Amino acid sequence: MSIQYADDRSEPYRVQVLDSEGRVLPNADPPDLDEETLIGIYEGMLLARRLDTRAVSLQRQGRLGTYAPMAGQEAAQVASAMALDAADWLYPTYRDHAAKIVHGMDPASIFASVGGKPAGYVAPEEVNVMPEYIPIATQIPHATGAGMAARYRGEDTAVLCYFGDGATSEGDFHEGLNFAGVFDAPVVFFCNNNQWAISTPVERQTASETIAEKAHAYGFAGVRVDGMDPLAVYQATREALEKARSPGPNEARPTLIEAVQYRYGAHSTADDPSVYRDDVPDRWEERDPLDRYRAYLRRQRHLDDERESDIEDRVVRRLEAAVEEAEAIQPDPVEMFDSVYAEPTPELEDQRADLEALRERYGDVELAGGH
Amino acid sequence: MSLVVQSEHEHTLVEGVNAALQAAMERDDRVIVMGEDVGKNGGVFRATQGLYDEFGEDRVIDTPLAESGIVGAAIGLATHGLRPVAEIQFMGFIYPAFDQLVSHAARLRSRTRGRITCPLVVRAPYGGGIRAPEHHSESMEALFAHQPGLKVAIPSTPVDAKGMLTAAIRDPDPVLFLEPKRIYRSDRQTVPAGDHEVPLGEAAVRREGEDVSVFTYGAMVQPTLDAADVLADAVDVEVIDLRSISPLDRDAIVSSFRKTGRAAVVHEAPRSGGIAGELTSLLQEEALVYQEAPVERVTGFDTPYPAYALEDYYLPGVARIADGIEKVVSF
Repeated sequence: MSIQYADDRSEPYRVQVLDSEGRVLPNADPPDLDEETLIGIYEGMLLARRLDTRAVSLQRQGRLGTYAPMAGQEAAQVASAMALDAADWLYPTYRDHAAKIVHGMDPASIFASVGGKPAGYVAPEEVNVMPEYIPIATQIPHATGAGMAARYRGEDTAVLCYFGDGATSEGDFHEGLNFAGVFDAPVVFFCNNNQWAISTPVERQTASETIAEKAHAYGFAGVRVDGMDPLAVYQATREALEKARSPGPNEARPTLIEAVQYRYGAHSTADDPSVYRDDVPDRWEERDPLDRYRAYLRRQRHLDDERESDIEDRVVRRLEAAVEEAEAIQPDPVEMFDSVYAEPTPELEDQRADLEALRERYGDVELAGGH
Repeated sequence: MSLVVQSEHEHTLVEGVNAALQAAMERDDRVIVMGEDVGKNGGVFRATQGLYDEFGEDRVIDTPLAESGIVGAAIGLATHGLRPVAEIQFMGFIYPAFDQLVSHAARLRSRTRGRITCPLVVRAPYGGGIRAPEHHSESMEALFAHQPGLKVAIPSTPVDAKGMLTAAIRDPDPVLFLEPKRIYRSDRQTVPAGDHEVPLGEAAVRREGEDVSVFTYGAMVQPTLDAADVLADAVDVEVIDLRSISPLDRDAIVSSFRKTGRAAVVHEAPRSGGIAGELTSLLQEEALVYQEAPVERVTGFDTPYPAYALEDYYLPGVARIADGIEKVVSF
């Protein structure tokens, strides 16, 4: 498959449903979603936008650690995770907070993990979310292995694996996708191409015209989608997941989706993007996922002022409860010795006892307060 | 249906590995083997010979040539209900997978408080002495022993190769299983057929003695025993095969030292930052008042592994080991 171009041939084609005013494009094929799902996508995106603002503010107040913002990327995260079945597995990176929440994680877990509290990494038993991956691209072969396991066990589950444009430069991107092609693993590789890897623009990651086209070298389909258009993202992800589960004749199960979007904010709260780039360009701001989708929902009469304000209130209340819950967590220091191995080694038992004795002797303030 | 006779077999060390894989796969269909050339070829050292014919390509998987991909995919398989045994063809080529082992396999249980676990075995032939090209002879086990959450096991006999690999496959945590390829075929032993497990984390006394404790593992066990024989008229040497370098069998190590008060550690890995230093520290902490002499380290040198024409100078042999033991005893 060669790359398709938009009419003006100025850039490679991408799947798009909504125009910048939130109108359905003439030749678009919007997914057939009920109102509850449509509103669910909106609420998830709004929660993401508000969570982002709240987390950055909490970090500035010294109440949270380093946080990776996701503003501009809400549609890609929320709509792709909405396309999953509950039994499917999600492999998130450190920026995919909203996707994790959609697939069942409590928002409090985000504030807990960003707040340095171990409980934030632990998904409840029925929630199929891996702990967030902080090294770049290392999750990609894991997702492939998880997909291989599903096939081996005869399960009808698929895997959705996120990574950024920078990750496509890593060896594990190649190895993970190559294994998926060879073993026909039911995995959707979802590249959040937000144009930047900290300060490095995507043009410096690859000389390929698109990231999606890299899929062809691995023997499966690549799809380029407007990552700021939730309906296009949902459509592309759902189709890819269905193909992963039950491919047609001569179809390969894996798919690489390149969701084209823009990172509005800093790479993280420890980063100052004014050093390396200008403000968010207009052409990206015009595509804002929330504005476009809100306009669409209003036009379709799924949303009015009252409903919008109800959702806003609900989101704010949920976030405040989550912040409160996360801040109340007091991890037990000796928790770090748990779960290193199924059975603790004598060394770990000794070190645990040493720490307990030191706390007893000096108290937590003197022991751990001097840093 | 044929009657399976549970008998004993004369096996080499590599055949012990093979027997453990075969028995584990027969018992538990979650166990799969994967790696480069492990299928039809049966592995470059024949460790997986016969498994492809017996269990088929879904369970004995020839993978693309990519170490990080092998271990990374194996992690995904392990976290999702299988018991993969991944082969890295030589330890010298394990480094692309180092990130996967230390950043993920070793940490998943701890990060998720036990929700996600990684019962993975990575097997790799290691060590020198076979006149191999560069990158085929290193002993870099200390790099892995330093990582919390990983276990590192090293058999030195056919019986242990089968028993310890069986234990590693059953272990709920990731195990790096290093096979001393120099002694893959140097000896035969009667190995129990069927289910045979040797627990991980337990050292073995290979020779009892009163004067000095010599701690070693892998391909260094035999030359250490030979050195003990050479010195037998003058010195009563105790030889302890560590078998597991993470975790170490502290009780066995310390109790032997309390008896003898003198110790040497023999390994082919480089000296600095190695397991011998860790043992020395352990003995200082746990048995200082018993100590009669400095702990002697008889090890590879702090050089990159030399081209093979020089490896007999690099690897501790009987003379060097005996020399080291004499130093400890005559202090």
